[in-house]
Amino acid sequence: MQSHTITLNINEEIHIVAVKAADTLLYTIRGKLGLTGAKPGCLNGDCGACTVNVDGWPMKSCLMLTVEAVGKKVTTIEGLRETPIQQAFVENFAFQCGYCTPGFIMNCHSLIQQHPDADDQTIKEWLESNICRCTSYIEIEKAVKSVLNKK
Amino acid sequence: MLPFDFEYYKPETLQEAVELYQYLDQQGKQPMFFSGGTELITLGRIDLAYTEAVIDIKDIAECKVMQVSGDHLLIGSTLTLTQIEEANLFPLLTKTASQVADHSARGKITLGGNICARIFYREAVLPFLLADSQVVIAGTDGGKVVAIHDVFQGELKLKRGEILVQTATESRFIRAPFFSFKRRQQWETGYPLITVAALKIDQEVRVAVSGLCPFPFRSKEVETALNKSGQSAVARVDGALAVLPKPILNDVEGSAEYRLFVLRNLLVDVLAALDGVRIR
Repeated sequence: MQSHTITLNINEEIHIVAVKAADTLLYTIRGKLGLTGAKPGCLNGDCGACTVNVDGWPMKSCLMLTVEAVGKKVTTIEGLRETPIQQAFVENFAFQCGYCTPGFIMNCHSLIQQHPDADDQTIKEWLESNICRCTSYIEIEKAVKSVLNKK
Repeated sequence: MLPFDFEYYKPETLQEAVELYQYLDQQGKQPMFFSGGTELITLGRIDLAYTEAVIDIKDIAECKVMQVSGDHLLIGSTLTLTQIEEANLFPLLTKTASQVADHSARGKITLGGNICARIFYREAVLPFLLADSQVVIAGTDGGKVVAIHDVFQGELKLKRGEILVQTATESRFIRAPFFSFKRRQQWETGYPLITVAALKIDQEVRVAVSGLCPFPFRSKEVETALNKSGQSAVARVDGALAVLPKPILNDVEGSAEYRLFVLRNLLVDVLAALDGVRIR
């Protein structure tokens, strides 16, 4: 099958990459670009471990074809530098094994950007997209609220 | 990761998309229109969907419309459920759509994709069934506007190569009092046991249901029973339950008996919310 040479904007850097049309964004960013922060979990859009941001909104990168990302701004966990939510996860010990953490942080980061005044219901609705098998939910809630309350 | 590859096309116009489909179909490539694409990606991964040519329609202008035109609200088929929720121009649709999948996934799932889904819940269609909406369909013979009731019988009966472009809904339905609830087996994400959407217009309650049968439906018989005057609410609900379409789902999400129990309670909730009845 033919490969497509496309240009991607990831973490404010331009990448020229050859992909198959059926490649998912998750596959490309991990396998071709070495950005392994987005984690493969269910590969079915259920767990949220692969969440990245696309044009400022959370996106499960296993549910997106790489070719769909052309012309979009993609941010992965590697593109976040000393953001308040990263610090809040550390301060609130909002993880145990850490596998779900990049996905959770990317979702929280989008939430804080899109809805800085998010109420409990909005927080719950957004974060239901991610699963933490270590059940650090209380600490994750504390972390995201600590950032929202500061704004 | 998909176990097969395909050609990828991104036409800019409806005509181009329709012609591409014809061309690729003649080549035996089993073309597929693609909007959010979540169903192709998830079902394709486990060999339950296949195509050799994807036609991505999500950036075609007519499919991205969200505007009031005269007395109608037009909503494009390739808008994501999140875009529709954030704009909140049709509160019943907002509520019903917000119960589909989860928030991040709804940033990918589109209105048309949900309505045309193979996975049979297709909850986003319920508000349009209740509102007697019209749908705009593009095909080889150009575009047409038809009543949703004429083309949606359990699923959207598109002809091969046709595209759902937009829905058009009269504003009086947009403003009508409504109820929408998705009851799950447990927790707050996942497939429904039953989703009920309802609205009240011209003193009559309308209901549409997903998750009870292996297709979403709105039933005149059910509504006639629910609106029967001079009867108690319990009798009206009993009457509605007696005329349901068949078959009732009986699967791992819930037995048929349990689903009927849940529906009974939801219909009571509908009457309480929209008809002011008190039973419990």
